Amino acid sequence: MAECHPVGFQWVTEAKKRGAKIIHIDPRFTRTSALADQHVSIRAGSDIALLGGIINYIIENEKYFEEYVLEYTNASTIIQSDFKDTEDIDGLFSGYNPELGAYDNESWGYRGIEEAAAAGARELSVNDQEHQISMHGGQGAAHKIGSQGKSLSDISIHSDRTLRDPMCVFQILRRHYSRYTPEMVERTTGIPQGAFLEICRAVTENSGKDRTTSWVYSVGWTHHSVGVQYIRGAAIIQLLLGNIGRPGGGILALRGHASIQGSTDIPTLYDILPGYLPMPSASMTAGLKGYLESLMAAKQKGFWANLDSYMVSFLKSYWGDAANPENDYCFSYLPKINGDHGTYRTVMDMMDGKVEGYMIFGENPAVGSANARMQRLALSKLKWLVVRDFNLIESATFWKDSPEIATTELETSDIATEVFFFPAASQAEKDGSFTQTQRMLQWHHKAVDPPGDCRSELHFFYQLGLKIKELLKDSKNPRDYPIRDLTWDYPTTKNGEPVAEAVLKEINGSHLAGEKKGKLLASYTEMKPDGSTSGGCWIYTGVFADGINHAAKRKPGQDQSWVAPDWGWVWPANRRILYNRASADPDGKPWSERKAYIWWDEAQAKWTGHDVPDFEPSKAPWYRPPDDAVGPDALAGNDPFIMQADGKGWLFAPAGIKDGPLPTHYEPQESPVTNALYAQQKNPARQVFKRSDNLSNPSAPAEGYEVYPYVFTTYRLTEHHTAGGMSRFLPYLSELQPEFFCEVSPELAAERNLRPGGWATIVTARTAIEARVLVTRRIKPLRIDGKIIHQIGLPYHWGVGNQALVAGDSANDLFGLTLDPNVHIQESKVSSCDIQPGRRPTGPELLNLVASYRRRAGITQDTGNELATNYEADK
Amino acid sequence: MPKNNGVRGEARMVPDASFTSYYGRPVVKAAPWSNDIPAYLFLGGLAGGSSLLAAGADVMHNDELRRAARLTALGAIGGSYLALVHDLGRPSRFFNMLRVAKPTSPMSMGTWIITAYGPAAVLAAASEFTGMIPPGRLSRLVSFANRPAGIAAAMIAPVLSSYTAVLLSDTSTPAWNHGFKEMPFVFVGSSATAAGGMAMIASSVHNAAPARRLAIGGALTELLAIEKMKASMGVVSETLDLGTAGKLIRLSQFLTIFGALGSIVFGRKSRAVSLVSGLALVLGSACTKFGVFEAGQSSARDPKYTVAPQKKSLQDGATHARPKTRWDVLRNPYHRQRSSR
Amino acid sequence: MSKTIVHLGLDPAKISGWDVAQPRMGFFTDTSLCIGCKACEVACKEWNEIPEDGLDWLGISYDNTGSLGASSWRHVAFIEQAVPGGRTDTPSSASALDGSDLRWLMSSDVCKHCTEAGCLDVCPTGSLFRTEFGTVVVQDDICNGCGYCVAACPFGVIERRTGSHGTKNVGLAQKCTLCYDRLVSGMTPACAQACPTESIQFGNLSELRSRARRRVEKLQLDGNRAARLYGDDPNDGIGGAGAMFLLLDQPEVYGLPPNPVVATRELGQMWKQAGIAALTFLIGAAAASIER
Repeated sequence: MAECHPVGFQWVTEAKKRGAKIIHIDPRFTRTSALADQHVSIRAGSDIALLGGIINYIIENEKYFEEYVLEYTNASTIIQSDFKDTEDIDGLFSGYNPELGAYDNESWGYRGIEEAAAAGARELSVNDQEHQISMHGGQGAAHKIGSQGKSLSDISIHSDRTLRDPMCVFQILRRHYSRYTPEMVERTTGIPQGAFLEICRAVTENSGKDRTTSWVYSVGWTHHSVGVQYIRGAAIIQLLLGNIGRPGGGILALRGHASIQGSTDIPTLYDILPGYLPMPSASMTAGLKGYLESLMAAKQKGFWANLDSYMVSFLKSYWGDAANPENDYCFSYLPKINGDHGTYRTVMDMMDGKVEGYMIFGENPAVGSANARMQRLALSKLKWLVVRDFNLIESATFWKDSPEIATTELETSDIATEVFFFPAASQAEKDGSFTQTQRMLQWHHKAVDPPGDCRSELHFFYQLGLKIKELLKDSKNPRDYPIRDLTWDYPTTKNGEPVAEAVLKEINGSHLAGEKKGKLLASYTEMKPDGSTSGGCWIYTGVFADGINHAAKRKPGQDQSWVAPDWGWVWPANRRILYNRASADPDGKPWSERKAYIWWDEAQAKWTGHDVPDFEPSKAPWYRPPDDAVGPDALAGNDPFIMQADGKGWLFAPAGIKDGPLPTHYEPQESPVTNALYAQQKNPARQVFKRSDNLSNPSAPAEGYEVYPYVFTTYRLTEHHTAGGMSRFLPYLSELQPEFFCEVSPELAAERNLRPGGWATIVTARTAIEARVLVTRRIKPLRIDGKIIHQIGLPYHWGVGNQALVAGDSANDLFGLTLDPNVHIQESKVSSCDIQPGRRPTGPELLNLVASYRRRAGITQDTGNELATNYEADK
Repeated sequence: MPKNNGVRGEARMVPDASFTSYYGRPVVKAAPWSNDIPAYLFLGGLAGGSSLLAAGADVMHNDELRRAARLTALGAIGGSYLALVHDLGRPSRFFNMLRVAKPTSPMSMGTWIITAYGPAAVLAAASEFTGMIPPGRLSRLVSFANRPAGIAAAMIAPVLSSYTAVLLSDTSTPAWNHGFKEMPFVFVGSSATAAGGMAMIASSVHNAAPARRLAIGGALTELLAIEKMKASMGVVSETLDLGTAGKLIRLSQFLTIFGALGSIVFGRKSRAVSLVSGLALVLGSACTKFGVFEAGQSSARDPKYTVAPQKKSLQDGATHARPKTRWDVLRNPYHRQRSSR
Repeated sequence: MSKTIVHLGLDPAKISGWDVAQPRMGFFTDTSLCIGCKACEVACKEWNEIPEDGLDWLGISYDNTGSLGASSWRHVAFIEQAVPGGRTDTPSSASALDGSDLRWLMSSDVCKHCTEAGCLDVCPTGSLFRTEFGTVVVQDDICNGCGYCVAACPFGVIERRTGSHGTKNVGLAQKCTLCYDRLVSGMTPACAQACPTESIQFGNLSELRSRARRRVEKLQLDGNRAARLYGDDPNDGIGGAGAMFLLLDQPEVYGLPPNPVVATRELGQMWKQAGIAALTFLIGAAAASIER
C-alpha cells in the first residue's frame, strides 16, 4: 500500500501511531513492510492456502464471533444433501462438467429450494454463463437463489442453529478446510508455522465485540485464475470474526487508479449497465418484461425487488421522451450481448481479423495488458485505431517501434492500421469526478485550460455523438434509431466542452412528472417504474440531491465527525460502511461502546448512529417478516446483509460464483509446484485459450515444468504509474526509477550467476525480456513441500518505444492469458519462468531463444490447459 | 554528469570494518575545481616568492635577478587571474568577489590580497620597461613607483603564498582540513622553491645565488613540513601516499631533492645544471601543489576519510563545547548582505 | 582578544542583524515514518524548477538519486539491513520469524541549515546569506560559481550546477532554500507539504526540537534503542542544525557524518599558522637575498 497508495498509507501510519498492529503479507518485503510490525513472505499464488489455514484455525480453536456467526451469516443453513465438497472429489465440487469446463451449481443450493430452482428460468446457454452480473454484495447468476434470486419466503430454509448438522454450512466449512493445518500452510505457502500462528493469533485477538480487524488487498489478490476466491476467503474470515459492517473492519480493495470503482459503477465493462444492472443478453427475447422477470421473482426478497424502477429510470435517462411504456421504454434499443465481449476476447478476435477498429482511452495495453505481445500484434491487424492520451504511448506508436518490429515479425510498411492520436486534457484541465475504492465520489475542478488541442473525454464523446447523430438523423434503418433517439443535449462551455455537472445531474436523476417535475432525485427510493423518473445510475442517486454537488464537498476532517460524511459523497445514499446493521447486535444495541456505529433508538423507533444506517430506518430489530412478504419487507430486523436474498452473510456461496461455493487452493496456471492438497492441480473452471499465440508453460507435475523452474510476480513501484503513460514521460518521475530491473535473492543470483547491477533475461513460453539485476534479501526463496522455490520480482512500468524518456522491456510480455471465470480477469500476478544472466538477443534471434525453450519443454497448444486433472472426476 | 562527484555507485564489496558508509558513497563533496585551482596555487606561490626575490635583488642592486623575478611575478599573477576567473561557474561575475570582505572566508580575504598585490606587481614589472614608455607623466610615475611598488608587492607576497593553505584547510575536505597546521609551511616552502627555481632558469649563474639559497631553504621547509603534516593527519595521510596524489607527491619530492642538490653541487658553476635544477624545482613545486590538491579531492570522495576520524573523535570523547569568542561577533554583520531583489 | 561570551543559541538570524520578531524555522525529519515515496523530491523539484539530473539507474536499493546535489535538494536514502536472528529491538523492523529479520531504513535528507554554516562562512561574494527565518539561502543573481561552499559543507549538500548552456542557474551553487519564497508568504515548504506520513515536519525550531525529543523517548521506551536524534544539539560541531533528524541507526549508515565540525571553528588557528609561515617566508627570503 505504501508503494502504490502512499497518500492513503498515511492513515496506516496514523493508525500505527495510535497502537494498531500492521501485518504485511507479500512475496516481497516492500516499502509497506518497512513500516509494518510483521512481514510475512508468501509464495505468490498460494494465498488461498493461507486464508484457508486461518479459517481452519478460527474454527478449530473456536475463535469465531459466535453470536455474529449464528445470527448474521448462513452458518446454520443446511445445504442440499447431494452436495459434494472438494474433500469428497479430491479437488472438485459436485456438478462439474468436464466438457464445458464449468460447474452446474444446482447441488450447491440450500436444502428446500430444489423445487423452486426447477421452476425458475434456467436454461442459459454456455455463452450466457459468461454473462456476468456484478454488483456490490456478490455476483449473481440470475436463476438461482441469492442475490437477485428466488424468493425464500415460500420455502423454509432448513437450518441447524446448533451448527452440528453435517450438511450445515458451518460443518461443510470446517470439513472443507480441515486439511489446511499450519503444517499444510507451511508446505504450500512457505510461511513458517510460527509466523502463520502469529497472524492467526493477531487477527483473532483483535476481533470480537471490542475490537475489529481490517484486511487490505489489491491486485496481488485479484489478478489470479482464482482471484474472486481469494476475496471470498477474506470475506469468510471477516464474517467468522464478525468484522463486516463494523468500524475498523471490513475488506478494503486498493485499486490501480483513482477512478476504477467509477469505471464499474458507470461501467466500461461489457456485461453491466450503470449501477450494476445486468446487460441484457440476446437470448432474452421477451422484452423488458422478460428481462425483469428473469432477474427478479415476484416475491424477490431484498432490494433487488426494485430493479424495474432502476431500469426504467435508466432507460428514460438515455432516451428521454422517446422512451415510453408502449415501446418498453426503448429497451430494445439496448445492445444485447451474445458471448464473451471482454477485452481479451476482443484482442483475440483482432488477431483473427474479426475487428476493424479500436479505441483506447487512457490505457496502454501494449505495455500494461497481459500477453502484451498479442496486444501489439493485434493492433497491427486493425483497420483503424484511436488513442487518446497525454503522450504518444507505446500503444500509439507500436507500428514503428514495438519489439515485434525489431524481431521482424512486423514490418512498418506492412501495417495497415491507421492510427488517430487525440491529445487528452488532464484532470486539472477539466471538471469531473473520481470514484475511488471507498465508493466515494470526489469532484475535481478545472484549474487551467487544456493546452492546444487537448480535450477531455467528455468533449470527445459528446462531440463524436453529435457528429454521429448528425449523420444518422434521417436514417430509416432501425439499427440507427438507438443513437438517433438518444437524448444528447448537454450545455457546453468553451470549445464545446460539456458542463460536467450537467452529466452528473443526469446520472443522479430527476422527477419527470408530477408536482416535483424537474427536481433532482434525493434517493433511489424515489425512482418509479412508470417512466416518471429518470436516473442514469441508481446507486449514484443522491449525489446531487437538493441541487448541491455533494461530491464536491470538502469539509476538513477536524470540523466534522470521525465518519466525515461531508467529504465527498459515497454511494449509496452517502452510506460510508455497508451492511452496518451488523455493527449492532440482534437487539439493535452496539456490540460494544467502543465499536458503536449504528444502533436502534427505541424512543424514536428508528435506526440512528454515526453513519447512514444500511437498513430500513424504521424496521425494528425484532421484526420478523410474514410468510408472504416480498421485496425489502421480506428481510427480518436481524438480516444485515440486505442485498442477499436470505439477508445473511454468505460463508458458503450457493450461487453467484462460478468456480465453487468455497475458496479452494489451486495452483496457478503456470506453477513449478504440485498441488499438495488435491489431485486437481488448477482451477477446473478457469478460462483457457488454446492458441499458438497463447502457449503455456508446463506446470508440475507434468513433464517439462523444470524448464521454467522459478516463480515470478509483477507489481508497481511508487515512482511510476501502471504502464508508464503518465510517468515515463515526466523527467521528475523517470529519474527516480529510470530502468526496468528484476529483484532476485542472493541465493538465486548465485544459482544462476546473476551479477548485481548486471543484466538478466527472463523467459516464458510467450517471450523473453531483459532487465537490470537488483540483488536483494527482500525477496526470499521459500521451502515449498520440501523444495526450494525461488521467486523473481518484476515491476511492470516499462515499455519499448522511442517517445518516453525512459524505456525498457515490458514485464507483461511474459504472461499468457488465463482468466478467472467469474470476472475474466487475467492471471498476471504469478507465473513461472526461467532466468539467465546477460542481455537477451535482439532481432529474430529472440524468437529462436523462445522457441528453443518451448522445444525443451515440449510445449503444444494443449500444454497446461487441461481443465480437470483430477482423475477421480472421470469415474 | 555523475551525481556523485565521480564515484559510480559501486557498493563496497569488502566493507572496511572500522566504519560504515552509504554504499561507499562520499559523505562530503569535493570542490568542483578543475586544474585551474592547483595551477593557481602554484602560480600564486611562484608570484609571491618572485616578488620577494625581486625586492631583495632591488635592494642588493642585482638588476638581472630583479628583472627576471619581477617579470616572473607579472606572468605568474597574470596567469593566476586567468586561472581563477576561468574556473568560476559564471566568470562574468568575477567582480562579485569585491562585494564583501569577510574574515570568515579565506577566499574573500584572498580576493583582497590579490587585489592589493596585483597592481603592485604589475607596476613593479612595468617599471622594468620605463625605457619603452615615452617620456612624460606616465614614465615619471612609473620610475617613481619603481621601488615602492616592488616593496609593496614583497610585503604582500608572503601572505599571498601562505593564505592559499588556509583556503584549502578551511573546508570539509579531510586531507586539507586535517593538515591545517603544517600546510602553510608546505605551501610557503613550495613557493620558495618555485620562485628560486624559476629565477635560476631566468638568470645567469652568477646572479642567481639568492635564488639558489631561497630554493634550498624552501626545499628543506617543504620536505620537512610535508612529513610533519602527514604525521598529524592520522589515517587521512594515506591520501598523500595513494593513487594519483601519491604519485605526484613522490614525484615532487624527487624533483625537489634533485633540484636542490643540483643547485648546491653544481648550481654555482654550470649554467646547464642550473637550468635543469631550476626546472626540476619549478616542476617539483607544481607537483606539490597538484599533489596536495589531488589528495584533497580523493579524500573527499572516499567516505572513510570523513567517517573514520570523526568516529575516532567521538570515541575519544571529544566534546563540542566551543569557546565562544569575539570571533562570533566578527562573523555576523557580513551575513546579511542581500541583493536588491 | 578578550573572550566574549556570545550565545549563538537558536537564533542565528538575530545575530546576523535581523531585527524582526520571527522565530527560527526548520525541519524535523522523523525517518521512522518515512515510506520512501519520494514525494518530497518531486515536490521540491517542481516548486523550485530544478532540472532533472540524470536518468541513471544506480542499483543501490531504490535510490537512483544518489545524494544531495545542485539539482537534488531532497534525497531519499534506502538502506536494506539483514539483522540476524530473532526479533530485533526495533519496532520498525518487520520480523519474518524465520531466523532473519529484515529492516529497510528510509530517510529524506536535506540541507541542515546549520547554525554555524560552513558554506555561509566561506562565501566570498555574499551570495549566501542568513534569512530572517534562520535559514541559509543562495542568492542566485550574485553567486559566481566559485564552488568554495561546496568543499566547505560538512554534509556534502551544496554543489555547483552543471548542465548545458541555458539550464536554469547553471554554473551556480545551488541547494535547498527551505522554500524561502514560500516562507515569506506564510506557506509550508513544498517537501513538508507533500510528505504524506508527516515524516517531514516543518515549524518553529524550538518546538520541533521538543517534539523530536519526545518522539525519540517514546521510540526508545518501545524498545527501539537504536533510535536517536541527529542535529538537535546546539553544542555539536555546527551549533545545532535547522534541519534535524530522527535516525534509527548510526548517521554514517545514512551517509551522514557522525561528528561534523564546521571548519570555521579552527579558522583562527589556521590564520595563525599562515601568519607564522608568511613571516618565516619573509625572513627567509630576506636572508637569502643578502649578498656581500
